Amino acid sequence: MSRLEIPMPNRAQVVVEQLYKDLERRIEASPSGLCPIDMSKAFLELCHAQTCGKCVPCRVGLRQLKNMISDVLNGRASMEILDEMKETALSIMESADCAIGYEAANMVYKGLIGFHDEYVAHIELGRCNCNYQQPVPCVSLCPAGVDIPGYIALVREGRYKDAIRLIRKDNPFPTTCGFICEHPCEARCRRNMVDDAVNIRGLKRMAADLAGKVEPPACQPSTGKRVAIVGGGPGGLSTAYYLQLMGHQVVVYEMLPRLGGMLRYGIPNYRLPKDRLDDDINAILETGVQVKYGLRIGIDITINELREQYDAVLITIGASTDKKLGVEGEDADGVISAVQFLRDVGKGNAVDLKGQEVCVVGGGNVSMDAVRTAVRLGAKKVTIVYRRRVADMTALRDEIDGAVAEGVEVATLRAPVRIETDNDYSARGLWVRPQMISSIKNGRASVKDTGEADLLIPCTTVIVAIGQDIESQHFADAGVPVSRGVIQTGRHGGFDLLPGVFAGGDCATGPATVIRAIGAAKVIAANIDEYLGFHHVIQSGVDVPSPDLSDRNPCGRVNMTEREACQRVCDFDGVELPMSEAECKQEASRCLRCDHFGYGIFKGGRNTVW
Amino acid sequence: MVKLMIDQKAIEVPEGSTIMEAAENAGIPIPRLCFLKDINEIGACRVCVVEIEGREKLVTSCNNEVEDGMIIYTNSPKVRRNRKKTVEMILSQHNSNCVTCARNRNCSLQTITRDLNILEVPYGKELMPLPWNKDFPLIRDNDKCIKCMRCISVCDKVQGVSVWDVEGTGSRTGVYVSGNRKIEESDCALCGQCITHCPVGALRERDDTEKAWWAIENRKKVTVVQVAPAVRAAWGEAFGLSREEATMGKIADALKKIGFDYVFDTVFSADLTIMEEGSEFVERFQKGDTRQMPMFTSCCPGWVRFVKSQYPHLVSRLSTAKSPQQMFGAVMKTYFAKKIGVAPEDMVTVSVMPCVAKKGERNMELFYEEYAGHDVDVVLTTRELTRMIRMAHIDPGTLKDIPCDDPMADGTGAGVIFGATGGVMEAALRSAYYLITGENPDADAFCGVRSTREQPGWKEAEYHIRDLTVRTAVVNGLGNTRKLLDALERGEVRYDFVEVMACPGGCVGGGGQPIRDGCELAAERDRSLRALDETAPVRFSHENKDVQRLYDEFMEKPLSHRAHMLLHTDHMAWEMPVQQANIKGRLTCQDNR
Repeated sequence: MSRLEIPMPNRAQVVVEQLYKDLERRIEASPSGLCPIDMSKAFLELCHAQTCGKCVPCRVGLRQLKNMISDVLNGRASMEILDEMKETALSIMESADCAIGYEAANMVYKGLIGFHDEYVAHIELGRCNCNYQQPVPCVSLCPAGVDIPGYIALVREGRYKDAIRLIRKDNPFPTTCGFICEHPCEARCRRNMVDDAVNIRGLKRMAADLAGKVEPPACQPSTGKRVAIVGGGPGGLSTAYYLQLMGHQVVVYEMLPRLGGMLRYGIPNYRLPKDRLDDDINAILETGVQVKYGLRIGIDITINELREQYDAVLITIGASTDKKLGVEGEDADGVISAVQFLRDVGKGNAVDLKGQEVCVVGGGNVSMDAVRTAVRLGAKKVTIVYRRRVADMTALRDEIDGAVAEGVEVATLRAPVRIETDNDYSARGLWVRPQMISSIKNGRASVKDTGEADLLIPCTTVIVAIGQDIESQHFADAGVPVSRGVIQTGRHGGFDLLPGVFAGGDCATGPATVIRAIGAAKVIAANIDEYLGFHHVIQSGVDVPSPDLSDRNPCGRVNMTEREACQRVCDFDGVELPMSEAECKQEASRCLRCDHFGYGIFKGGRNTVW
Repeated sequence: MVKLMIDQKAIEVPEGSTIMEAAENAGIPIPRLCFLKDINEIGACRVCVVEIEGREKLVTSCNNEVEDGMIIYTNSPKVRRNRKKTVEMILSQHNSNCVTCARNRNCSLQTITRDLNILEVPYGKELMPLPWNKDFPLIRDNDKCIKCMRCISVCDKVQGVSVWDVEGTGSRTGVYVSGNRKIEESDCALCGQCITHCPVGALRERDDTEKAWWAIENRKKVTVVQVAPAVRAAWGEAFGLSREEATMGKIADALKKIGFDYVFDTVFSADLTIMEEGSEFVERFQKGDTRQMPMFTSCCPGWVRFVKSQYPHLVSRLSTAKSPQQMFGAVMKTYFAKKIGVAPEDMVTVSVMPCVAKKGERNMELFYEEYAGHDVDVVLTTRELTRMIRMAHIDPGTLKDIPCDDPMADGTGAGVIFGATGGVMEAALRSAYYLITGENPDADAFCGVRSTREQPGWKEAEYHIRDLTVRTAVVNGLGNTRKLLDALERGEVRYDFVEVMACPGGCVGGGGQPIRDGCELAAERDRSLRALDETAPVRFSHENKDVQRLYDEFMEKPLSHRAHMLLHTDHMAWEMPVQQANIKGRLTCQDNR
C-alpha cells in the first residue's frame, strides 16, 4: 500500500472550475440597471454555497440574511427589517471565523448602505425602481452611441464604405477611433458570456482601412444661421460636422496651425498616423466647415464678440494646460509638461533626446505617449516614475506593455520629491521617495512612505504627465461658469444665463477620451439646432443586414498585432498591424447582434436617427 | 425571391419575409402568442420557434428572415417539445381560473394550451398578485399577465403615451405603470388599445353591467340607454352575426328585452354635436381665430385626456362642444325628462360605447340651473353590451329590427360616420357648408378628408366654400396625433379644423370593441358605417327633424345660452396629471459613462 497519493481532481471538480470561469466572464458582461437587491440575494446564495458549514454565523446567519432579503423582494417586509439585517450582517462580520463568512456578510452590509434607497422603495412601494439599462451593451456604453452591431454586420458582409457611413451618423472620426478609441464598448460585450468580448475597436479600424475614401453625406438646405466653434479638436469638429450637415454655416476658430487638437498635438503619430487623422478631418471639412487659424480666444477675439457675430457659440477648447507637480526645481531647464513635449513633437519641433536619460512622471495614457515618444527621439534611458504599482496605473494595459517592450524602465512605488539641478539650473536628476502599498481606500490602494532614504534617478529631462487643466480665466470673465478648472454646463451643454452659448469636450468634463468629446458633440449639435429653432435629424440611410441565424459556437477573439519593438522604436510610423480580411470576417461574425436577440429588439435596440 | 423548404414543402417568397410570413404563404400557420404585426415583433414568448436544419438552437419565426436554401420545420418533435415546455412555463405564472375571466373562450393562451394538448403543468403555480384601483375604468390583473409586452408596445409605438413599462429586472421582471406611478396618477388616455391587444385577460375595462342591472331592477328608476354609432359595426362579431345581420335595430330590440325603458341612438346627438360644433367652428373660423392654430374636435375623450396631459397649452383650441354621449345625457335629463314627466334624479342614463375613455368622461358634472348629477350615469362598452345580452339569455338570432324611441328617433348618415376616422370632419363640413352658403353641398363632396394628401401619420385636405378656404386635417391614433401637434407647433403645417380620434381607425377601432386577437378590424367596421351613410335617407345633420324640433322646443338655436349651459363644457373644469416637462434641449449628456 502506498503511504501518500498524488491528488487528482475528480470530474465534478473540473467541471465546477470551468463553471467558475464561465461565471467570471458572465459577471464581467453584467449590464447595469439590474435590481441591486435581487443581485445581492444572488451573490449571497453563491457565498452561502461556499460555506464549509463549520461555524454558526456563516452557516445559519447567511441563510437568515437571505430569508430577509427575500422578504423584502417579495413585499413581505416592513422598515424594521433593515435594522435587523444590519445587526445580523454586522454580527456575522464580527464573529465569523474566516473570510467566507465575514466577507459574505460584508457584501450584504455594503448593499444595505449603498442601495438603502432601493431597499426603502421595495419595502414602501412594493415595487422595484430598476430598469434594464443596457439592452445593447456596446451601444449603451459608447458615449456617442455608435451603432456597433450595425457596422459590425456591414463589415462582416464586406460593405466597408457603408460601415463608415453608419459610424459617421454618430461619430465623424471613424478612422481615428479605429486607431485610438479606448473602446468602453468592449467592457460588457455580451460575447463575454460565450468566450470573450468582440474586438470592436479593431473592426472599426479595419472598416476604415478597407473602405478607402468615403464622401460625407450632402448637407441639408442652408438655414442661413452661423455658428462659431472655438477649438478645432475632436469635440469642436464633430459638432461642426453635424451642424454643417443640418444646414448651418460653421466657422471653427483654431489657435494652432492645424486642426485636430489633442489628436494631432497630443497623440503621437505611431499610435495615430496623422495622414489617417486627415482622412477624418478632410471628410468633415468637405461638408463646408470654414476654419480661421491662429486666433486666440480672449486675446485676439472675445466670446462676447463672437456672440454678437454669430447665432450660437460653442466652446470646445479642450484641456491643454498642464498640472504642476509642486516640487522644488520644477521650473528648471529640462523640466517640461507632457502636453508641451508632445505638442512640440506634433508641430515638428521635437527636442533631440539622443543619448539622454529621461524621467516621465505619471501612470496615465499621456505618460505612456511621452515615454514612447522619448524612446523614439533617441533617449538612452527612459523611466516611468509612478507612486503606486503598475496595476494601479490608469493607462491602458496595452500601452504599458507596449512601452515596456520598447525598453522603458518602470520605477513604481517612487514618489517624486525634488528635482536636482546643476549650477546653470538645468535638471540633472529626480529625487524620489520609496513608497509601500498600503490599505485600500475608496476602492483604490493607497501608498505610504517606507521610511527609507530618498533616491536620485539621474536624468536631464523630466516630463510631467500628471493631468491637464483648461485656460479658463477669459471664460470666467465673460460670465461662463467655471469651477474646479472646468466649464460648468447644464446637461444639455448650454448655460441658463448665457443663451446661445454652449460648451463641451475636455473643457467641460476635464481631460477625458475622444469618444466622450464626440458624444458630447452630438448632444450639443442637436441642442444648438433646437436653439436655432430647427429640428433637423441625422441619419445614415444605410440598411443593416439581417442577423445571421447560425449557432454562436465559442471562437477565440482576434487580437491586433504590432510591429516588432526593435523596429518600431526607430520611427514614428504606426505600431499596430491590421487584421487580415479573413480574420476581420471571423471576428465580425462573433457579434451576437444584441440589437436583434434579447431585450434590444424590444426596447433600446438600434437608433437609426437622432 | 428566396427559395426554401418549410415542412418539406418547397416555397418561394420575397426577400426580407419572416419565416412566419413565408410559412403562412405556404398555408402553414405557426402558433404565436406575443407577436403583433409591426407592433410587437420581439420574440418574447418563444411559442413561434421553428427548427432550421443544421442548427442547434431554435429561432423565432416572427422576427427572423428567411435565407436562401433554408430547410425549416415548424412542427418537428424538437419544436413541439420546446413549444409545449414554454407554454407550461407561462401557465405556471398565469392565473388560469378561466371560468371567471372576462376573456374566457377568447384567449390566445387558452387556445394554444388546448392546441398543444397540455393536460397537466409539471411546475408549481407562482402567481404575483399586485394591488390595483378597481374604481379606475381600466383594470389590470398582474396574476394573468404573461409579460408578452404587447401593452407596452402598443402604448409606446401606436399611441406614443408610454403608460406601461417593464418594471424590475431578473426573475421579478413585470409589466406595470411606467415610472413607478399609480394608474390613476398617470397620463393614461384610457384609449383601451392595451386591452384590445392583450392576448389574455390581464387587462380589461371596469365592468359596469351590475350598475345597469341595478337600475333596470329598481322600479323607481327610469332607464334610458343610448348606443354609439360604432357599436353597430362590431357587436355582431361576438355572436358570429354578419355585418348585415347585426343592425342597430336589433341592438334596440335586445336592450328593450334586457329591460331598458327607452332606447336611443347616439347618432341623434352626433347630429346635435354637428350643429353646435359646426356652428362654433364657423364662428371661430370667420373671426379668424383659426388662422394660427386650428380648432380641434372634442368628441373623443381619449384625445381630450391626451391633450390635457401632454399639451395643456392647447386645451383652449378644443371645441367647447360636449361629446355626443354627454350631449345626449344632458338632453335626456332635461328636455326628455320634462317631456315624460320624470324628475332627472329618477332617471338613470346609460350609454353603450366602443370606448373605455367614455367611462372616465362620464364623471363630468351636469349643471342645469343647479347641480344635477351627471349627464351619463353608466357607461358600458360594446363588450359589456354583448355580455348583458348573454346574461339575459337572448338568442341573437331571434332579435328583430325595432326603431328607437321618440322624440329623438331620427338620425342621419352624417351622424353614423362619427364612428369612423374622418367622419366627424366630413359631417361637420357638410353642415358648415350649409351654414355658410345656405345650401347643401353634394353629400360626398367632402369624402376627400378620408383620402387626399397624406402627411406621415395624418390626412389633410383643403376645401373652398364660396371664397373661403378651409384647411382641414384628420388624424387617428395618439402617436400620429403627437406628430401632427408637433408639426403644428413648429409651424410646419397650418389648419383651421382638425379632427382627432385617439384610437387607430377611430371609434370603430375603439378600446371597448369586441376583441379578435391578432386582427385589426377597424377598416372592415369602417366600411359598414360608410355603407350605412351612403344608403341613409338623410345625410345632413342639420336636416335631422328631431334635432330641429329640439332646437324649436327647447334649445332655441345652436350656441344659444341654454345650449351653452347644457351642450358645451369647460375643459379646464377637471384635472389630468400633466406629463413632466422635458429637460432643456433635445439630447442630454450622459454623466460618467
